[in-house]
Amino acid sequence: MTSVMGTRMLRKEDPKLLTGENKFIDDIHAPGELWMGMVRSPMAHAKITSIDTSGAEGMPGVHSVYTGAQLQDMGIGVGALPCAWPVTEDMVNPPHLPVAVGEAKHVGEIVAVVLASSRYEAADAAEHVVVDYDELPTVSSLADAVKDEAMAHSDLGTNKAFHWPLDPNPEGTAAAFANAAHTVKAEFIQQRLICAPMEPRGCLAIPSPAGGEITFYSATQVPHILKVMIAATTGIAESKIRVIAPSVGGGFGGKLNVDPDAILSVTLANHIGLPVRWTESRSEAAGSSHQGRGQIQHIEAAADENGKLTAVKVHLDADMGAYMMLITPGVPLLGSFLYTGVYDIPNLSFTCDGWFTNMVSTDAYRGAGRPEASYAIERVMDIMAGQVGITPEEIRARNYIAGGEAFENHEAASTLVFDSGHYRPAHDRALEMAKVADLRAEQARRRDAGETKQLGIGMCTYVEICGLAPSRALGGLNYGAGGWEHATVRILPTGKVEVVSGSTPHGQGHETAWSMIIADKMGVDPNDVEVLHSDTAKSPLGLDTYGSRSLAVGGVAIAMAADKVIEKAKLIAAHQFEAAPEDVEFDAGSFSVAGTPAKSVHIQELGFAAFAAHDLPDGMEPNLQEQVSFDPPNFAFPFGTHVAVVEIDTETGGVELLDYIGVDDCGHQVNPLIVEGQVHGGIVQGAAQALYEEAVYDEYGNPLNPSFMDYLVPSAAEMPSIKLDSTVTPSTTNPLGVKGVGEAGTIGSAAAVINAICDGLSPYGVTDIEMPATPKRIWEAINSNGGAA
Amino acid sequence: MIPAAFDYTVAESAEHAIQLLGEYGDESKLLAGGHSLIPMMKYRLATPTQLIDVGRLDDLAYINRSNGHIAIGAMTKHAQLETSDVLAADCPMLQHVASLVGDPAVRHRGTLGGTLAHSDPASDLPAAVLALGGTIVAQGPNGQREIAASEFFTGYFESVLADDEMIVEVKIPAGTAGWNYQKFNRRAQDWAIVGVAVADGGKGISLVNMGSTPVRATAAEEALAGGASIADAAALAADGTEPPADLNADAEYRSHLARVLTQRALEAANG
Ligand SMILES: Cc1cc2nc3c(=O)[nH]c(=O)nc-3n(C[C@H](O)[C@H](O)[C@H](O)COP(=O)(O)OP(=O)(O)OC[C@H]3O[C@@H](n4cnc5c(N)ncnc54)[C@H](O)[C@@H]3O)c2cc1C
Repeated sequence: MTSVMGTRMLRKEDPKLLTGENKFIDDIHAPGELWMGMVRSPMAHAKITSIDTSGAEGMPGVHSVYTGAQLQDMGIGVGALPCAWPVTEDMVNPPHLPVAVGEAKHVGEIVAVVLASSRYEAADAAEHVVVDYDELPTVSSLADAVKDEAMAHSDLGTNKAFHWPLDPNPEGTAAAFANAAHTVKAEFIQQRLICAPMEPRGCLAIPSPAGGEITFYSATQVPHILKVMIAATTGIAESKIRVIAPSVGGGFGGKLNVDPDAILSVTLANHIGLPVRWTESRSEAAGSSHQGRGQIQHIEAAADENGKLTAVKVHLDADMGAYMMLITPGVPLLGSFLYTGVYDIPNLSFTCDGWFTNMVSTDAYRGAGRPEASYAIERVMDIMAGQVGITPEEIRARNYIAGGEAFENHEAASTLVFDSGHYRPAHDRALEMAKVADLRAEQARRRDAGETKQLGIGMCTYVEICGLAPSRALGGLNYGAGGWEHATVRILPTGKVEVVSGSTPHGQGHETAWSMIIADKMGVDPNDVEVLHSDTAKSPLGLDTYGSRSLAVGGVAIAMAADKVIEKAKLIAAHQFEAAPEDVEFDAGSFSVAGTPAKSVHIQELGFAAFAAHDLPDGMEPNLQEQVSFDPPNFAFPFGTHVAVVEIDTETGGVELLDYIGVDDCGHQVNPLIVEGQVHGGIVQGAAQALYEEAVYDEYGNPLNPSFMDYLVPSAAEMPSIKLDSTVTPSTTNPLGVKGVGEAGTIGSAAAVINAICDGLSPYGVTDIEMPATPKRIWEAINSNGGAA
Repeated sequence: MIPAAFDYTVAESAEHAIQLLGEYGDESKLLAGGHSLIPMMKYRLATPTQLIDVGRLDDLAYINRSNGHIAIGAMTKHAQLETSDVLAADCPMLQHVASLVGDPAVRHRGTLGGTLAHSDPASDLPAAVLALGGTIVAQGPNGQREIAASEFFTGYFESVLADDEMIVEVKIPAGTAGWNYQKFNRRAQDWAIVGVAVADGGKGISLVNMGSTPVRATAAEEALAGGASIADAAALAADGTEPPADLNADAEYRSHLARVLTQRALEAANG
């Protein structure tokens, strides 16, 4: 049997998805269910002076209405939402109740909740709850927060939430800047982004009034984490809570939080003894689901006369939003280690200040901290190249770790150890695929001819920290949990294989990938493998899916559990052969005694033997089932080089992405089809930050574009046909040699696109452009220098 | 995103729809393709208590030649305009503009009558009908009247249409002479940040999203008629307009776009 690993097997998930057989949260109903309708604050910062619910209470279908104060008085467990990552001992963490009491801190914060028998009645009644507010000074931007004049929280006296340094060798950094031949100083704004998964958030809590159990369905990326957090927040025993993530239509980080709806639906369902559900509308999603990015990066770099970088110094101001949510404060720190990028830069000094604002909280969004870091260093490399007078290609080549050659276990200035890398082949391949020499010639021709449409070419070589995470490393960062993953593999009596996954797919294709790993390990047909996941009753242990961790941690756990099953099966085979286990060989699913291959038994046949247990070796427990909790010894560090080609209409400011090339290295690939899908989506998401997306707020803290009419998520029509290739540098962190790829595209693409635009505009004296690079911004940039090239 | 409660009636004919409009009064609204009205209801920006569905009146979905003009039924969908042989031969501009509206889903629901009645200055087809010198046929309790497109639009989402009137037909002069449409937007499916429609070599120039209604670029039209060069005429494209400001553009940038796009449209139309 030939190996399925590395083949483009079609996804097992797709027939059910394409025929509509899958059940998403909105397809699941419980008799007697009530809908929550949220009354949300229209003010960014205001004292709630009164709430009159009487107008809503008598309306058709209305069961009950609750204010935040009432919920606290009822004592039903509506506790503050958790933050699992207090990044410093003295981090300020104001209580974040699911329903505000006293003050509203951002537009969209819940101030009362209605229960009604239909979604429509709930929405109608919510409109009839009358709330009076006294407006308070509002912090409506990160730049305002940093001034620390108006306060996002009236009682705190400062907007600053924490100060976090990473400065292993301050003297080294100082000396590098003192001796530098070239320095670059830049400021970049990472605008707020809306997570915008295809399926919005939703939940359904079904109580069991007599037994006290609660079944909680949620469109979540993190059912296991939710279970623990619901228990910790509400006081309901963990053993009474079952969390099920049905089919989930994407998350991008937006579904890894403990949101108010979870705590409200669970506690209210328990309290009234009826199922309680919620599905957010798109405008609710845009205004109340946590957002990504939200940073101002101050970065300085020092280099010698050849453009070899000697130090990078970064101060980050990070917008927390109004409250700390599950990992809000940790997100910017995830990027801290990557400000030296793929380069051998001996010194890194980093500080981050977290600031409260009167906007919805920030938290993880695809890449979480790492795209921001990659963007900053990759923009700086281009700016430095211009200063030194060499090309972007050349400055990168001069600075790659190990001179671009293969390396293992490189200790970066941040003190993190990069598992493996080999940057030059991806760099060369990407430039070759893009035909950069031809592009430069065409660019020169257009410049000479003074054509309206100018070309820009940009590149980015990124590295990502993924496979979150070694539990000890997380402990060192004060994160409130571990980073292991759990897996169970069992052979059923009929020989079919069942895998229980602790990581939780929401579109990534785990069922296919896990089946392929098992097929490869155990020599079985991938269609004989069933993967159970996303239900804490079937998969009690797990830490779910985010941070490009599923394969590099969870997939590895599965492979290790499969090895243990094979070990045990081998003992049964040896017993049947009446041979010594050392003499039994395992190949393509079959056990045989060395030298007598004619007599063999397939591992699937041993499932029944282990189940029936009629004739097992003395002392052996029945059944073929093994489990593993894998805690990775290190992160994995995938990388790649991307090239973007843009055409800029210098009269209108319009920009078109003409071509995009990505050469990525995520170690061994289980299924290149899935890898490419992840990279495609990631690239588009990063290009979207570069060109289209931004959650905009006015000076009063009102979101100005909470709809897909104004918040521009790009479609296929805006994207070129992306060209991909890959190199393979196995990870040394895990036995499969795999790295992660879920976030890679996003980490490379924003910088590549903006570098291309700046390259195209360089004849106009433009050195930087703020994201998103809208036509208006480009037109203004061209004209800020008189408009002539 | 949840509309307020409303009742719904299917009209059996234009006359029936007009009769129902009279009965239900100003709390009622005609529903054509629903691609402007339903989103507004979901945001509760519109809260009609009675919808009168005219979108099923298939006998109002036609494209016919008649005495030098083309008669188009009000319930003709954008997709029908886009694929019409009659338009391809006799009015390719309207066909082309229809193909640039929204995305395929929008074009298979939205109607010509609906987009004119909606009177959104950012819409494509109203500006095209204006540049082409079209006429809108409205029917009320006392019969039909014809309104020149240049007289039809009165303000943001406002027209001369009375509450109990319905658009039943649009008449467009047949013509294939020098035309062009420039639509500047950020994503293919979006409304124009600015659009420019040029008909008949520049005798008709109209602008999208440059005011509270679709507007004629009168100064540019007159300059061109007086013999000015394309560049000189295009430089006047934004004169007399009051462009709106939004997240995509302010008035200054819109005016600039209007001039650039008018020049491009005139060059292409006369190329
Ligand atoms: C995602 C999306 C993208 C879009 N992009 C574009 C775009 O790029 N360019 C563009 O121009 N448009 C765009 N549109 C709007 C689209 O073209 C609409 O279909 C059109 O504006 C309205 O036509 P309708 O038939 O859907 O009207 P409806 O929504 O049914 O009605 C609109 C209004 O007109 C009234 N009405 C309808 N028919 C009549 C009639 N016969 N007589 C009197 N009153 C009537 C209704 O009562 C209502 O007030 C887009 C829409 C969507 C949803």
